[in-house]
Amino acid sequence: MNVPKELRYMKSHEWAKQEGGKVRVGISDHAQHEITDVVHVELPAVGKKVEQGQPCAVVESVKSAFDIYAPVSGTVVEVNDALSSSPELVNQSPYEKGFFLVIEASNQAEWEKLLPAQDYEKLIG
Amino acid sequence: MNYIPLTEKENKEMLKSIGIKDASELFSVIPSSSRIPALKLPKGMSEQRLVSTLEAMAKKNASLKDYACFRGAGIYDHFIPALVEEIVNRSEFSTAYTPYQPEASQGTLQAIFEYQSLICELTGMDVSNASLYDGSSAMAEAALLAVRATSRKKILVSSASHPEYRQVLRTYLQGTDIEVVEISSKNGFTSLDDARHKLGNDTAAVILQSPNFFGTIEELSSFRALSREYGALLALSVNPISLGALKSPGEIGADIAFGEGQPLGNHTGAGGVTFGFLSVKKELSWKIPGRIVGQTVDSNGRRGFVLTLQSREQHIRRERATSNICTNAALNALAGCVYLAGWGKNGIKNLALANFAKSRYAYERIIRIPGFSPAFEGQQFFNEFAVKTTKDISHLNKKLFAEKIIGPLALSGFYPEMADCALFCVTENRTKSEIDKMAEILERA
Amino acid sequence: MEKLLNEISHEGLSGYSVPEIDVPHENIEKYIHKEALRSSEPELPQVSEPELRRHFTRLSHRNYSLTTHFYPLGSCTMKYNPPVNDKLSQLPGFADLHPYQDEESLQGLLELLYGLERSLCEITGMDAFTLQPAAGAHGEFTGLLIIHAYFKAKGEARTKIIVPDSAHGTNPASAALAGFEIIPVKSKADGCLDLELIEKTLNKDIAAIMLTVPNTLGVFEKEILKISEIAHKNGSLLYYDGANLNAILGNARPGDFGFDIMHVNPHKTFSTPHGGGGPGSGPVGVKKHLEEFLPVPKIEKKEFGYKLHYNIPKSIGRVRSFFGNVPVLIKAYAYILALGAEGLRNVSEQAVLNANYLLSILKKELPAPAGDRCMHEFVLSAKPCAEKGVRALDIAKRLLDYGYYAPTIYFPLIVEEAMMVEPTETESKDELDKFASVFAKILKEAADNPATVKNTPTTTPVSRLNEVEAARKPILKWADAPK
Repeated sequence: MNVPKELRYMKSHEWAKQEGGKVRVGISDHAQHEITDVVHVELPAVGKKVEQGQPCAVVESVKSAFDIYAPVSGTVVEVNDALSSSPELVNQSPYEKGFFLVIEASNQAEWEKLLPAQDYEKLIG
Repeated sequence: MNYIPLTEKENKEMLKSIGIKDASELFSVIPSSSRIPALKLPKGMSEQRLVSTLEAMAKKNASLKDYACFRGAGIYDHFIPALVEEIVNRSEFSTAYTPYQPEASQGTLQAIFEYQSLICELTGMDVSNASLYDGSSAMAEAALLAVRATSRKKILVSSASHPEYRQVLRTYLQGTDIEVVEISSKNGFTSLDDARHKLGNDTAAVILQSPNFFGTIEELSSFRALSREYGALLALSVNPISLGALKSPGEIGADIAFGEGQPLGNHTGAGGVTFGFLSVKKELSWKIPGRIVGQTVDSNGRRGFVLTLQSREQHIRRERATSNICTNAALNALAGCVYLAGWGKNGIKNLALANFAKSRYAYERIIRIPGFSPAFEGQQFFNEFAVKTTKDISHLNKKLFAEKIIGPLALSGFYPEMADCALFCVTENRTKSEIDKMAEILERA
Repeated sequence: MEKLLNEISHEGLSGYSVPEIDVPHENIEKYIHKEALRSSEPELPQVSEPELRRHFTRLSHRNYSLTTHFYPLGSCTMKYNPPVNDKLSQLPGFADLHPYQDEESLQGLLELLYGLERSLCEITGMDAFTLQPAAGAHGEFTGLLIIHAYFKAKGEARTKIIVPDSAHGTNPASAALAGFEIIPVKSKADGCLDLELIEKTLNKDIAAIMLTVPNTLGVFEKEILKISEIAHKNGSLLYYDGANLNAILGNARPGDFGFDIMHVNPHKTFSTPHGGGGPGSGPVGVKKHLEEFLPVPKIEKKEFGYKLHYNIPKSIGRVRSFFGNVPVLIKAYAYILALGAEGLRNVSEQAVLNANYLLSILKKELPAPAGDRCMHEFVLSAKPCAEKGVRALDIAKRLLDYGYYAPTIYFPLIVEEAMMVEPTETESKDELDKFASVFAKILKEAADNPATVKNTPTTTPVSRLNEVEAARKPILKWADAPK
């Protein structure tokens, strides 16, 4: 499984990427593999306030639906519109084209609560 | 009667295989204090006695096969072509379950796909579900859909929409924090002024019916413009047969179209079983309640059909599903499918025009009778209209009933302020001679 | 492949004849504002009646149904649907009534519905019934609104419902729709409740516990009387999901276990056909203390006949227009009358015997996590096969090849690779034996040559369908299909 070193992770399998105050969010390679074929992603509206650890999106396969939790608190400033017509991007490119959203973080201290790559790697064994 | 195909001998063999002596052992897990010796119900009946018993009950009802019906108000006496009944009575359709195994359910699935296609064509919308219970629950589901889509908590509904639908809407929402506000009506129309007054940025949807409960065709484009102004969705309840002649919700720019499917090949049946239809604009497709069928291909590249967008539904999302609906009204929707398919493009238009011509004739005939006048001057209607009268409506209806006619609906039951008004419905099933006879009785009464 | 209607459409054809217009023809544009009229006809297909009849008849041949196939779909109680009941429901004196006819002209219908209500009370041990809900989930929802209204009237703010994780998805969905918060509780391996856990979870916020008895693993809830006691001691109500009523019919009654409120599924227990997805019906029964909250109108028997009673101040209101799903109710009543007290009792006894017999054979093939005995249905786990690459789904598809509809699979969620089998009382021993031997044969195929099971079905009109693409790029009507 691909676990990029520069990203941080949550136990619930989201990744987070620092982009100068903004945080890009998606699900890990491991997660997309476990979910199998993603058929739909439900994204929040831009401008929505989210809280760390609270659901902010839903990812769906044919016969399941999973909540995606916000890795940091803040305001949603961008969502990946491409996923509405091409949900398969989550499977094909979980860390690039298949990202979910970008959050303008309101509390930088929260970043430290996220798992570094090596810890996440241990978690998924 | 019993429908058990096993003999005593076979039962004994089965007990042996299980390894017990007596079938009662299988029930020993039930606390003995709660076991009952026997139900206090009569003995069973032969099929012959069953038939005569229920036939006797049926005969105590006044069937529309014997009475000419001029009552509508949500349930309409239309002709049902023989083919519709033949198809829905085919046990391959009627005794199947929800198509969980698509490869063994292609008949049901393709029929639902065709139903969805027909409903979309008729309503001018992008996506239809596989059916809901009836028109009233369709209104409630439309409201909930609008709330999900807009994250707003207020529903405006016209007081000229079906009173029972509004009752059901309120029942559905009583456990939630969604507010239902009624828009008043005037001269048989929903009041645009009142809607403007009550509409706000907190409004999820404006729900209108057209033709409305009084039969009036609403001026919908102003409501479309008004709801857009506030970012509210427009949900329209429509009579499907009227869409053979009237502008479709899609053309009007509605976001949600819904209604009662009974007119489409289903018996009046005392108001049920019927089906509800619901169709939406593409943007709302993942928010729609209930089953949806989609086209796909099999492993050999052949076309086939499956239940799809299932992650919206209760069996996957449980408490966060778009609706709790599971069983819908598939067989009644199948009737609707065979009905619409048989009428086709020109047939549905001619059917609508037949309804219009006959009700127009009845209207002209009735309002010329002394003591009768239009309830709403210049009312524009499809196959239902309201008439004001100086005579006692329940007395009129008794007279009509004695002459094998089910007369108009007294509006006082739902609108106490309209005690002198009656709602007439005239479908293609009524003949000129029936209309004339009814008018003559009104004249004499 | 059966063509679609739009593919057999020919300009100018129509299936049905337009009725004679024996009144003056009117130009609609003279009376209705042009803006309200369609600018062009809806693009409905144009097909002749002979073609239509063939089309839909051929479609019907592409279905497995109860009249053509054994349909052991767990939790759905696919029992024989007597045709006499269909015929009776279609009598003109029932099928061609207007709901707003005067009560005097509907006395036979009201008599029937009243009789059904009383029969359901006797069968379930409840005190009153409403027949209005249109399906099982609609009944659940109605029941939960009644629970909501009951606590509101008592001035108690109870906002939570306990739902075991073995419950049907409609339970939590209905409770959420009624405005309740769901407290899921883990059940034990056999699907039964953990009494200690329930005791710990109960508090003054809990409005009700929703239970399916027997549970979705086909096991009777042994602690039911105790659960009833502790729930009521806490002031909570007990809701009975009637999906599995067939298991105890005529032998025991939910009302006697202490349930306060319940729904029944006539399209399961009382043999009304399911129509390929509906119509169903979901009558709701309550004990005396909840009666005043039932939907309006209520049918009352008076000296001079039957009356509809609307003025019930504490009623939750209407849940459906008009009377409910009348033809379904007629069929259910006909079934109850035909079977009578003894016949109904035989139903559950035979259904439980058939299920146990089939279990006694199939448990040799696959593990039955809930044990050696069951009520009317049982759950097998295909986990041992799945570990070797053949999943429950594959076995289900292979069954289609042998002419059987598949059991319910992947439900209940608490059993891995679940296969839930419900034979019902109307299958013969021969049919059960044949099914068991086919099942064993498939497991042998799975062991010998997994590919023969995995690449199935092969005898159905289509082979395995691509559900992923169906959801990713939805084609939901003719016009969506790529040209």
